[in-house]
Amino acid sequence: MSATPGDNRLNLCIQCGSCGGSCPSGAEMDHTPRRLFALIRADAREAVLRSNAPWYCVSCYYCTVRCPQEIHITDVMYTLKSMAIKAGLFHDAALPGFSETFVDYVEKYGRSFELGLATRFNLRHHPLSLAGMAPLGLGMLKRGRMDLTPHRIDGMAQLTAILDKAKALEGGLQ
Amino acid sequence: MQRNARPYLDSLLAIREDIDLELQEIEDWNCCGATEYMSVHRVAAHALVGRNLALARDQARDTDLLTAGCSACYLNLAKTDAQMREDAGLKDTVNQALAAGGLEYEPGAMKVRHLLDLVCHDIGYDAVKARVVKPLHGLKVAAYYGCQVVRPDYDSRWDSHEHPTAMDKLLAALGAEPVEWSLKTQCCGGHMSVIGPDVAFGLIRRLIHGAQEAGADLVVTLCPMCQLNLDAYQVEMNKHFHTDYQVPVLYFTQLMGLAFGKKPKDLGIGKEFVDAAPALAKIQAEAPKVAEAKRKRRPKPGDALPMPGME
Repeated sequence: MSATPGDNRLNLCIQCGSCGGSCPSGAEMDHTPRRLFALIRADAREAVLRSNAPWYCVSCYYCTVRCPQEIHITDVMYTLKSMAIKAGLFHDAALPGFSETFVDYVEKYGRSFELGLATRFNLRHHPLSLAGMAPLGLGMLKRGRMDLTPHRIDGMAQLTAILDKAKALEGGLQ
Repeated sequence: MQRNARPYLDSLLAIREDIDLELQEIEDWNCCGATEYMSVHRVAAHALVGRNLALARDQARDTDLLTAGCSACYLNLAKTDAQMREDAGLKDTVNQALAAGGLEYEPGAMKVRHLLDLVCHDIGYDAVKARVVKPLHGLKVAAYYGCQVVRPDYDSRWDSHEHPTAMDKLLAALGAEPVEWSLKTQCCGGHMSVIGPDVAFGLIRRLIHGAQEAGADLVVTLCPMCQLNLDAYQVEMNKHFHTDYQVPVLYFTQLMGLAFGKKPKDLGIGKEFVDAAPALAKIQAEAPKVAEAKRKRRPKPGDALPMPGME
C-alpha cells in the first residue's frame, strides 16, 4: 500500500458503503470496495488480491469524490492491481491481460496500437469473440479511425531508460 | 486524436482560428498509459506521464498552458502533476527516473487543462456566441461529460463533480437546447467494453436510453473513449440486447463548427457509426453519408439491361 502516492487514508474507512453504491460496476464485483477494505483490515491478503473488484474498477472516481472519509479509493485500486500482478494472484487471467498487453505496446512503441491491442488481447483471452469483433474493426478502418501499423516515437531509447529507472526505483519502494 | 478520434482533431483544427486558440503539439509525445499502465507499474506510470510534462515544459513557447482533449490524457497529466506537488517522495522518484533520459520536471510548471475547460472558462461563452453564424436552433442535445474530466478534479475547475453545467452552457451559446438528464457524468464503460463487454453494454444502454428518454437528438461528448464506447459499441450493444437505439454521438467541437458555419465534412461528420444525418437535418446541416451507406456493389456485367454495343 505504500506505493499509493500521498496518504491513502484507508484506515479511516467507516464501512458506510457509499463507494459500492456509487460504483457503475459494483453489481458485478465479487467484493465491493467497502468489503475489500474490511478484508484488507482483516489481513485476508489472498482474498483481496484474487478479487475481480480492482479490475472491474473503471476509474470513474465516483467513489473517491463521494467518500465521506476522503479515501483515495481509485488509487488504492491501482495499487491492488499491481500487487495482484506481482503476486500472480488473479480471479481471471484475462483481467490483468488487457493491462499487460497495453503496457507491452507502450513500452515497445511509446504509443498504444489499437488494432494490435484488440487482436492480441482477444486472441489470447477470448479467441471465440474475435469473429464478432470483426465488423467493429472493419468499421473503424473504413472510417479512417484506426491504423494498420503501429507508430514508434523517436525518443524510444529515452523513454525506455526513464521507465527502466522508474521500475528499479519502484522495486525499492516495496 | 490522430486516429480513432480524427473527427475531434479535424473539428478542433477547423474552429481554432474562430476562437483564437493557438495550438502547439508536443513533439514526440508518448502514450499517457490510459488506465492500464498504472495498473501494472504503479510508480513508473507517473514517469511515463512525466516525460510528456517535461517535454511540454521544454517545448512550450510563451505559455504554461497544457491542454488535452481526451479525458484520460488530461487526467493522467493533471494527476501526475498534482501528486508530484503533494508527495515529495514521488516528485523525487519521478525526477530520478526522468534524469535517466536527460529530463526533469518541476510540478506546477505546466497548468494542465482539459480543452472544454479552456473553451468554457478562458475563451468564454460570449466569445463563442459572437462567432455563431448558424445557431443550432431546435437541436436537443444531451451534454455528456463522462468521469475523468470532472472527477477527481485536482484543481477545482468545475462547478460540480456530478452535475456540471459548463458544456450545457456552451451548447446553449451555440443555440442548441441542452436537455436535463441525470447521467451526464456516469461512466461510458471505459475498458470494460474490451475486458468485460457484458458490463459495458449495460452501462452504454443506460446512458443511451437516458439521453433518448430525456428527448435528446444526440449526445455530445468531450472524450475519444466515451465517443467510441457510446457510438461504435452502441451498435454492438444493440446486437447484445436486441434493441435498436440510434442516438448519434458527436464531439462538442463538431457542434461548435456547425454553429460557426463550417462544412460538416470538414468537421469529420460522417465518420460516426450511428449516423448523425437525421438529427442534423433538424438544423439543415447536410451531413455526409456515413461510410456504410456509401458502399455500393460494383456493377457486374450481367446487371444491366442489354444495350446496343457502342463501338
